[in-house]
Amino acid sequence: MIALLLRDLKLAFRAGGGFGLGLAFFLIVTVMVPFAVGPQSSLLSTIAPGVLWLGALLACLLSLDRLLALDWEDGSLDLLATAPLPLEAAVSIKALAHWLTTGLPLVLAAPFLGVLLNLPVPGFFWLVMSLLIGTPAMSVIGTFGAALTVGLKRGGLLLSLLVLPLYVPTLIFGAEVARRGATGMETQTPLLMLAGITAATIALLPFASAAVLRINLR
Amino acid sequence: MSIAAKANALWEYANPRKFLATSERVLPFFWVASIACIVVGLVWGFFFTPDDYKQGSTVKIIYLHVPTALMAINCWLMMLVTSLVWLVRRHHVSALAARAAAPIGIVMTLIALVTGAIWGQPMWGTWWEWDPRLTSFLILFLFYLGYVALWEAIEDPDTAADLTSVLCLVGSVFALLSRYAVNFWNQGLHQGASVMRAGAITGTDTEEKVSNVFFYPLMICIIGFVLLFIALVLYRTGTEIRARRIKALLARERVGG
Repeated sequence: MIALLLRDLKLAFRAGGGFGLGLAFFLIVTVMVPFAVGPQSSLLSTIAPGVLWLGALLACLLSLDRLLALDWEDGSLDLLATAPLPLEAAVSIKALAHWLTTGLPLVLAAPFLGVLLNLPVPGFFWLVMSLLIGTPAMSVIGTFGAALTVGLKRGGLLLSLLVLPLYVPTLIFGAEVARRGATGMETQTPLLMLAGITAATIALLPFASAAVLRINLR
Repeated sequence: MSIAAKANALWEYANPRKFLATSERVLPFFWVASIACIVVGLVWGFFFTPDDYKQGSTVKIIYLHVPTALMAINCWLMMLVTSLVWLVRRHHVSALAARAAAPIGIVMTLIALVTGAIWGQPMWGTWWEWDPRLTSFLILFLFYLGYVALWEAIEDPDTAADLTSVLCLVGSVFALLSRYAVNFWNQGLHQGASVMRAGAITGTDTEEKVSNVFFYPLMICIIGFVLLFIALVLYRTGTEIRARRIKALLARERVGG
């Protein structure tokens, strides 16, 4: 399992693995927002938590189609499926690798982008906190979407259409935490809900992803 | 004993030929009954009920709005059940019924949303309000779109049936989750949705406040739409089965010739 994780991480860091692409996208989206809505800092600080959450979500979505597609093309997915390691575990490791290479950098970059959007000071902690708890769910749900569309030639757009509705609860609770944190309201309830969604998806969704992958590899 | 026999009788319709023969026999009845119910219900509702003292004649859109909204949700439920049946018992008719139902669900959701907007404009003063109920319907609409798109995208019919079934199961959980998340989210936005109270047309409020004058035609409309839904699903499932057969015949011809 650790070997698989290390392999995925190596692939992501080296030779056009797309590491950093998500980060760059996150930066660009954040920079474009003031151009779209105007530069008033009061307006920007109101919408900053939501915009940063949406940007992180889209950046995550963007990197999903590479999650399994490369392994599908060169046949290593077939090897994984026949390996002694259960496919559920392999899928979980894939999601973990995706989170380490995409989700975690987004979490770390978010506060700096928060400065650009004039995020209120108490919001920083809660933004990082909510993203830290929420992004694993995005990786796991995204792995499910990638497994669904892995055999398709033009799966990218379809992938977004399938995955975005599944992101709705995570986005709602995550952005709610960041927004409440920024305005100094209590954040416990949405934070616990967000953590619950993340825990449940990590526990259950790999089974669905593995089942779907088996169907696709049939 | 008799229940087991009945259950067996139900599974007989998993045989496409049996399904087609029976559905063709009962379809005319469903068509006539559903159209009769809808016509009677709508005419009664539109022309023979008084205007509401607060809402005027706009209240009459309820005869379209409530039945279609009801069917939009029940259609997804039906797809959930048939998807489960397909995954467990591998009856092709079941998977095809789920496929046949999805576009009907899309149309029902769309009608419910549009009629709601048309009613909301004069009543709430806005076409759209990010109210939990409206929002969750919009999300349901997106789930339908994804489901249909996945069906269309996959070439192999059995793979498509499997994948869409799993998507339907997972999607149901997330749709339910979204429903409650949206409830929470909007409470966070404006405390206590006063607009909906003033409108008093939603779910439970309707049943408490709508008087019998409106209730009977509404019931007839709902029955009519349920029958219409059944007729459409049977009809479209039949079409899907025939399309599948034609494909098989063509494939056999190509191999044989």
